Amino acid sequence: MTPYRLSSGGLVDRSKPLSFSFDGKEMQGFEGDSLASALLANGRLLVGRSFKYHRRRGILTAGAAEPNALMTIGEGGRTEPNTRATVQELYQGLTAQSQNRWPSLDVDVGALNSLLSPFLGAGFYYKTFMWPAALWEKLYEPFIRRAAGLGRATYEADPDGYEKSWAHCDLLVVGAGATGLAAALAAGRAGARVIVADEQSQAGGGLLSETATIDGKAAHAFAAETLAELAALPNVTLLPRTTVFGWYDGNVFGAVERVQKHVGIPAAHLPVERLWRIVAKEALLATGAEERPLVFGGNDVPGVMMAGAMRTYLNRYGVAPGRQVAIFTTNDTGYALAADLEAAGIPAAVIIDSRSRPAPSGYNGRTRIISDAVVSDASGGKALSGITVRTRNGSETIKVDALAMSGGFNPVINLACHRGGKPQWSDEKATFLAPSGLKGLSLAGAAAGIDGLAACLEDGAAKGTALAESLGYGSTQPSFGAVTGEIAPAPAKPLWTIKGVRGKAFIDYQNDVHRKDLGLAVQEGYGHVELAKRYTTNGMATDQGKLSNVNAIALLAEARGVSPAEVGTTTFRPFYTPVSFGALTGTSHGHHFQPVRKSPLHNWAKKNGAVFVETGLWYRSSWFPRAGETGWRESVDREVKNARKNAGLCDVSMLGKIEITGADAAEFLNRVYSNAFLKLPVGKARYGLMLREDGHIYDDGTTSRLAEDRYFMTTTTAYAAGVMNHLEFCAQALWPDLDVRLASVTDQWAQMAIVGPKARAILERIVDADLSNEAFPFLGAAEISLFDGAVHGRLFRISFSGELAYELAVPAGYGESVADAIMEAGREDGIQPYGVEALAVLRIEKGHVTHNEINGTVVPGDLGFGRMVSSAKPDFIGKHMLAREGLNAPERPQLVGVVPLDPAKSFKTGSHILAKDAAATLENDQGYVTSSCYSPHIHSTIGLALVRRGSSRHGEEVMIWNGLRDEFTPGRLCDPVFFDPANEKLHV
Amino acid sequence: MASLVTCPHCGARPKEEFTVKGAALTRPAPDASQETWFDYVYLRDNPRGAYQEYWHHTSGCRRWLVVNRDTATHEIFETRDAARKVTA
Repeated sequence: MTPYRLSSGGLVDRSKPLSFSFDGKEMQGFEGDSLASALLANGRLLVGRSFKYHRRRGILTAGAAEPNALMTIGEGGRTEPNTRATVQELYQGLTAQSQNRWPSLDVDVGALNSLLSPFLGAGFYYKTFMWPAALWEKLYEPFIRRAAGLGRATYEADPDGYEKSWAHCDLLVVGAGATGLAAALAAGRAGARVIVADEQSQAGGGLLSETATIDGKAAHAFAAETLAELAALPNVTLLPRTTVFGWYDGNVFGAVERVQKHVGIPAAHLPVERLWRIVAKEALLATGAEERPLVFGGNDVPGVMMAGAMRTYLNRYGVAPGRQVAIFTTNDTGYALAADLEAAGIPAAVIIDSRSRPAPSGYNGRTRIISDAVVSDASGGKALSGITVRTRNGSETIKVDALAMSGGFNPVINLACHRGGKPQWSDEKATFLAPSGLKGLSLAGAAAGIDGLAACLEDGAAKGTALAESLGYGSTQPSFGAVTGEIAPAPAKPLWTIKGVRGKAFIDYQNDVHRKDLGLAVQEGYGHVELAKRYTTNGMATDQGKLSNVNAIALLAEARGVSPAEVGTTTFRPFYTPVSFGALTGTSHGHHFQPVRKSPLHNWAKKNGAVFVETGLWYRSSWFPRAGETGWRESVDREVKNARKNAGLCDVSMLGKIEITGADAAEFLNRVYSNAFLKLPVGKARYGLMLREDGHIYDDGTTSRLAEDRYFMTTTTAYAAGVMNHLEFCAQALWPDLDVRLASVTDQWAQMAIVGPKARAILERIVDADLSNEAFPFLGAAEISLFDGAVHGRLFRISFSGELAYELAVPAGYGESVADAIMEAGREDGIQPYGVEALAVLRIEKGHVTHNEINGTVVPGDLGFGRMVSSAKPDFIGKHMLAREGLNAPERPQLVGVVPLDPAKSFKTGSHILAKDAAATLENDQGYVTSSCYSPHIHSTIGLALVRRGSSRHGEEVMIWNGLRDEFTPGRLCDPVFFDPANEKLHV
Repeated sequence: MASLVTCPHCGARPKEEFTVKGAALTRPAPDASQETWFDYVYLRDNPRGAYQEYWHHTSGCRRWLVVNRDTATHEIFETRDAARKVTA
């Protein structure tokens, strides 16, 4: 037992000691301790260094608002910086490291900043780093970056799991203190579905630190009893260790449950944190109130602590704050602490009360009281050594080693303001209350500005009952018996500016903003609350000003000579406390970051040695290297030549496929494509161009008519989902009267292109139908059978390569075996698989476009598709904008081919086209290369380009300019069809 | 943005299941003037308050909806299937 740990009292289990380490030093605590209470019990007052001045800091609070005791917890991938020791539960083997100090917490070189403090005041960034500008990149920014931030994140991967979950309830109660428990019990007994979320390791809130009794029972026993009843109700869900961090539209609340942050080695089957989205019909904030610090000199010396926190350490954790304790208060709660200290055998040395009134009626202690007095300064280095007390009659120095302060209470209304409502200043309460007229959310107890345990129990029970009733659950309001021994706090007499302060009087501990900074902001014209916040950085640390904002506003008000109501507040935003990236990520990381789409032919491609490339979510076969080939180009050249000489098989399963049925399917297609579809005969495929309503090309593909009322559409891979959404929009929103139905069948069909002069001969061996040119000519489409009726599929005679080619679709499950059979059937004819690289070469050689060319800025005429815009149709998507002047301008970029003058020279996609002798400037830019490749048939690099007036410039010499590499390649514009321009191979 | 959208077919669903297209305008008649078509394609109001938009229940029933919502408060007043004709 240390001198600070009391031999009895508190809710820690002294029979269960836990060992932990702080900065490498082994220490002992008990089960039930927070890291902060365990550190205090070990006499560790100095726990951190402040952000800017590296001042020594101790534990200030016992909860989520803690600005000082931020430390790095855990090791390896479980390292978590900036953990608040006041929130972290102690577990066996916990390792904690202090932050923002070098070489050690006790000896910190950064503390020299304190000597520079005259230069580090409000706005020092703006003043110091303004000029000379040249120093910014080299000197200022690296300096600021090094100094910024507190803890350091680990580079190791987090080994633990996270998950996300939804929950629905009638009533969400946020906070399980006296108010929340009373409300939850009222609504729970009435039968409402209730969720109670509480951020602490142990539910009960202030009841766990209270010495008053309820109906003769200890407050913590009352809490335990109520929790047990709630746990037994099937309609009540308790979420312990859960912080509700945000209030969102639709009455959805975000919450993070720390499932396993209180254990050393988390169980693998459970997440360490769970992110909840809770849909609540009604919500009740029973979030309590935050005690305000007092702004006197040295109010950050280790040993100075919030009075409520000191009471918590004393009553809940059995930890003595020191041997000589002073209490500086503006309200009656200081007396409750004095009484508890006395009862624990640590009589307070002195109570300094800013008010001139007698001690409250419930207080019978013997502590010396100095009323109408203030503490103007606290002194000490690593620990508090004394305080200066000022009264009207002069000042007095008192030796103490602990000082409790209470400047009054601010209701915790953050959540109530997350949806735009502004807090309202209350002169009576001397603080801000929640906005009025909120829908779906109300506040009770201390969060509503109500003082005292008895009143909070009453208010919670009343509001819980009323809310249950409003949701249709009738009940009687629970009553809990008399509260005895409470010193009910009268409202604080606000004390903002303390006179006679000598040392630095901190407002925002975490960002090291002190009183003079605010004065400076006002003096320099940054007195508006939003400006002062940014100028001084007050409230901008990770604690978001939980302790500092109201003090800052009130001090601004005093400096400006107005009411805090006039100063107003800055905006409260989620998250209430920091939420880990892990919780927000949930399961979406690593392998589960996004789905992987594999073609039904993936295995076939793998067996044939494919190298895969990720395109969107798809894994597509890129090329199929063979033994002895030294690079991808060699493989691709072989695949391309073989496809034009013999035959090739390419997986095109990832094309979007849409089944379109209904009596009006033809009319529908006629309206969504720019070219005519009404008269497409059954058994025929047609290339279609789909425009956006603004006239630009959206997507292209083929659509085949399989029956009078049945069509099969293919889209590009990239736009498969988009086209489906678009067609559904057209069918449902634009033309709901058309009888048309759409089904995405992308994943139902394995689709393969069989390409090359020998394609027909190979297919004839497995397809039952007559495939002669007469029976099944170019653009034929038919439902066919394979292997003497064993498999049914669809065959389309369409070609992206310019060769005699077919696309064969079979049910996805048959894909691999059919592809195997085709390879086998074509072995003697030299069939080879080819990938998307060869596919690209084949199509560029033929001048076929993809989304490289359909880049969102082109209209049909730009790509030479002018004839695919039907003038006969009265309406189709995009028709009405096509006539606009700019879309018909002669200077528009048009599709053109481009080759290097010297076949040995090459150029890259993305290179720009300049007139032959023009300077390389943006003004002279004529267009750019949209696609390029090496063509083994042309024996040089070839490209497609969008060039101003391109279609009338075939034969013109130009300069191909790669501005990124500063390369210039003399070239010539040409017809975009490089190979078989007469399409002789297509129709054989 | 709203956290939940009530689909007339599926009930209240998380907003992540939906995609928004924009103003729910009536497509002009094919023979409407160029000015009318230009307005339809390019001009949008940006009201503070009630606004009708097309939303697609992409990860749900795949129906297009008209969502009438408040651009300032994010409150959703009404959702209906886009195919349902209403006389405003």
